[in-house]
Amino acid sequence: MGFNWNWAFTWEILPKLLHATLNTLMAAGFGYAIALVLGMVFALAQRTPYWALTKVVREVVEFIRSTPLILQIFFVYYVGPQFGLKLGPWTAGMIAIGLHYSAYLSEVYRGGLESVAKGQWEACTALNLSTRDTYLRIVIPQAIPPALAGMGNYLVGIFKDTPMLSVIGVAELMHTANAIGSSSYRYLEPYTLVGIIFLAISLPTAALIRVFEGYVRRKLGLK
Amino acid sequence: MSYTDFLRQYGDRFWDGTLITAQQFLLASLLAIAIALLAGLMKLSRNRLIRGIAVVYIEIFRGTSLLVQLYWIFFVLPLFGLTLAKFTAGFVAVGMNLGAYGAELVRGGIQSVPKGQWEAAYALSMSPARRMWRIILPQAFVNMLPPWGNLLIELLKNTALVALISVSDLMFEAKQINGTTFLSAQTFGTALIIYYVLARFIVTPFMRWLERVMRRKLGRA
Repeated sequence: MGFNWNWAFTWEILPKLLHATLNTLMAAGFGYAIALVLGMVFALAQRTPYWALTKVVREVVEFIRSTPLILQIFFVYYVGPQFGLKLGPWTAGMIAIGLHYSAYLSEVYRGGLESVAKGQWEACTALNLSTRDTYLRIVIPQAIPPALAGMGNYLVGIFKDTPMLSVIGVAELMHTANAIGSSSYRYLEPYTLVGIIFLAISLPTAALIRVFEGYVRRKLGLK
Repeated sequence: MSYTDFLRQYGDRFWDGTLITAQQFLLASLLAIAIALLAGLMKLSRNRLIRGIAVVYIEIFRGTSLLVQLYWIFFVLPLFGLTLAKFTAGFVAVGMNLGAYGAELVRGGIQSVPKGQWEAAYALSMSPARRMWRIILPQAFVNMLPPWGNLLIELLKNTALVALISVSDLMFEAKQINGTTFLSAQTFGTALIIYYVLARFIVTPFMRWLERVMRRKLGRA
């Protein structure tokens, strides 16, 4: 105990924390993959001619966006067993975080889709393209570049929100740091190291995303 | 137990939790606004050192998780002789975190004020402080209100994390009630709905109203 930094202890716990970092990255990766796909489903569902579907999806997205992720994690994890459906911490965590961010990504996609010029749609109609081809080959490829910045921000966002998964026992960074803290009664090193690991990953990632965004825009001839 | 019975029995605790959440929200918002203003202005400073401090602050708080910051403030700061009560630690962590995000909004808002406004204030030989306070900030304020609305929703949601250091807010009460009743759908469902109502029917309408009032005051209605 005390505020003196213990280097021997640091070297002892660092491998454990780095190992847990892999789990954190995996959680962020899986969660983001779910969000990328489900977000597109939410975005497209709001563009169908069915008025009721649009309205319902809109409300669901608003609801998910206005309530705390941590509460959603608890909800998904605990409500299943009440109805006889037992989910593991990983499954529940991925569903909760994936669903949460899909609501955010659907808004990013929506912005992207709305930015596609009307002439593009008219050209597709004129060329008699099917709805499927219109979306997959013409509209979505143009909707993605303007959405890239938002998509990148949420990738970093999901990474930073993974510590919340520790509350249901996903063995990621925060969970490991908590375990180290409660067994050794030393909190300074584990929590500080977790902070440094987060910084060391999120700052370069954010910078890389900017570079990638610029690259894609240049590739597609956009400014 | 029917849902009405459930509400009759636990309604008070949900209410108490909601009040604590509201307090955390208000205090964290005030702190976030103050920090955002300060760090945002510092980031625009011509002095390298002042700018550097603001950049480091913003990057640290935006680059790590709020949960890490919360635990750090609650568990590690006491080792440096600074012990905060859990209630204080809660809103301080949330306020400092969201303040870093807000600082970027303040910076953007100030930079969005047309250059002519700066020049006009200069031509009228206003002091820099007076120019900032009377001319630039009011206009920047109106420009940045819409993103602040979103940020305050984020802040409200983030206050739920203080439950993890045992501040008895809405999230905490929900966890406790769930622990004794095992009625997870009712408990967490009710808490989700309360958060939704707070965000959608209190915070958002208030920000919309503020936007309208401010636009009118600046003659932009």
